[in-house]
Amino acid sequence: MKRIYLDYAATTPTHPEVVKAMLPYFTEAFGNPSSIHSYGQEAKGAIEEARVKVASLISARGEEIVFTSGGTEADNFAIKGVAFANESRGNHIITSSVEHHAVIETCKFLEKRGFRVTYLPVDEYGLVDFNDVRKAITDKTILISVMRANNEMGTIEPIAEIDKIAKEAGVYFHTDAVQAVGHIPVDVDDLGVDLLSMSAHKLYGPKGVGALYIRKGTKLTSFMHGGEQERRRRASTENVPGIVGFGKAAELARQEMSEEAERLTCLRDRLVKGLLERIDHTRLNGHPIMRLPNNVNISVDFVEGESMLLNLDLEGICASTGSACSSSSLEPSHMLLAMGLSHEQAHGSLRFSLGKWTTEEDIERVLDVLPSVVAKLRAMSPLLKSQR
Amino acid sequence: MRNVWSLYSDKVMEHFKNPRNVGEIENPDGIGHVGNPVCGDIMELYIKVNDSTIVDAKFKTFGCGAAIATSSMVTEMVKGKSIDEALEISNRAVAEALDGLPPIKMHCSVLAEEALKSAIEDYLAKSGRRNNECK
Repeated sequence: MKRIYLDYAATTPTHPEVVKAMLPYFTEAFGNPSSIHSYGQEAKGAIEEARVKVASLISARGEEIVFTSGGTEADNFAIKGVAFANESRGNHIITSSVEHHAVIETCKFLEKRGFRVTYLPVDEYGLVDFNDVRKAITDKTILISVMRANNEMGTIEPIAEIDKIAKEAGVYFHTDAVQAVGHIPVDVDDLGVDLLSMSAHKLYGPKGVGALYIRKGTKLTSFMHGGEQERRRRASTENVPGIVGFGKAAELARQEMSEEAERLTCLRDRLVKGLLERIDHTRLNGHPIMRLPNNVNISVDFVEGESMLLNLDLEGICASTGSACSSSSLEPSHMLLAMGLSHEQAHGSLRFSLGKWTTEEDIERVLDVLPSVVAKLRAMSPLLKSQR
Repeated sequence: MRNVWSLYSDKVMEHFKNPRNVGEIENPDGIGHVGNPVCGDIMELYIKVNDSTIVDAKFKTFGCGAAIATSSMVTEMVKGKSIDEALEISNRAVAEALDGLPPIKMHCSVLAEEALKSAIEDYLAKSGRRNNECK
């Protein structure tokens, strides 16, 4: 059976050209970039070249990029880094209630260390109201962190507006752009952000590498202490093949992004329309227009997400859910609940995230398969009876 | 490569794909209703009792793969059992009959046991035969 991968927001396959670019750095060009000899300098040159490519993708300068082990580290670095370096100025952080766990859990950690965190509510589409940001600012506020685009329901946040407020108040502004970079245009000057998190494996690069953009002049503590790598901001021997792969992925994304976004938007809208037409009692989660080109998130009433996923997987279709039947908390997605969905609706959510190798046939296949999966599960649902 | 199904045993997947005893029983002798939307699992279990023997059992479940499989399995296990025997069925026995569940899914088997107990209690209450064994 042909497998259909519709979980690109979880991770993407590494682009064959990226793999090709990485390979020499495992073998003949294996040097440590800190070494003086030619092996070292070869590796050093490769990471500096990659740095410029990654910087170009977000209209930044190479020296403003620090490579990390991924998006989670970049978020931790940005938030803890600003918090610890600016403690004398204040202890208040503003974020949203729909952030990735990498941001939310870092903020919760800081709360235990005496910081105060405001988690802004969102509307039914998952949008933060920038007036709420304004109201939340106090003279103790040191950082605002609002994501560029939501990983679960794809909503694109109005962060350029939020930035104006941050600038007026003299507060640092961080955005988690892990889902956005390489998929929609991200320009650090247009957005006005001081810090921006990225991850390679969301844009056809390898896992285990990401980056934090740090605007020149931003005060933050180093993430790891040790050697002098990454301008002393993040010690540890660089992940040379990973960084080279990230650079190649960024280069490819720059070339292909606009055409690919257009293609995916068309497929996305077709899938949304088809699902809502063919299955009753469904709704689109997230904003209909201000959303990532590759994200489809729907809630199907009366059925639970994991059981839909298992049935889809039996048909070769790989997707994702906001139901958390397999997490220890059993609580469904905090993002969907923050948007006002009921627990049942959040447990009945499905995310299809499209990508480079998604075809029209794949979309048609989902539209053929999901209605019968839902019908089968609804026939055994105790919720349906009580509704009718 | 790890098989995509290694989350669940073949037996769990078999019951998930072809659940036994789905539906409701008309005029049941006992109904068990457990779970809640917050944790994402709701089970309804219906039993028909004849001469202190469970002659039929059916279920309706909103929940994950393990919730559906344990519902299916517990209805299979109780059929033909006396009320006393049915009360002995533990969540562990349901999980074992399915060749095990991932640790994180053991709560589904607890739910299945509770649904069964709740259906039996309902039966005993209705039939006025509530005894000391089932609190």
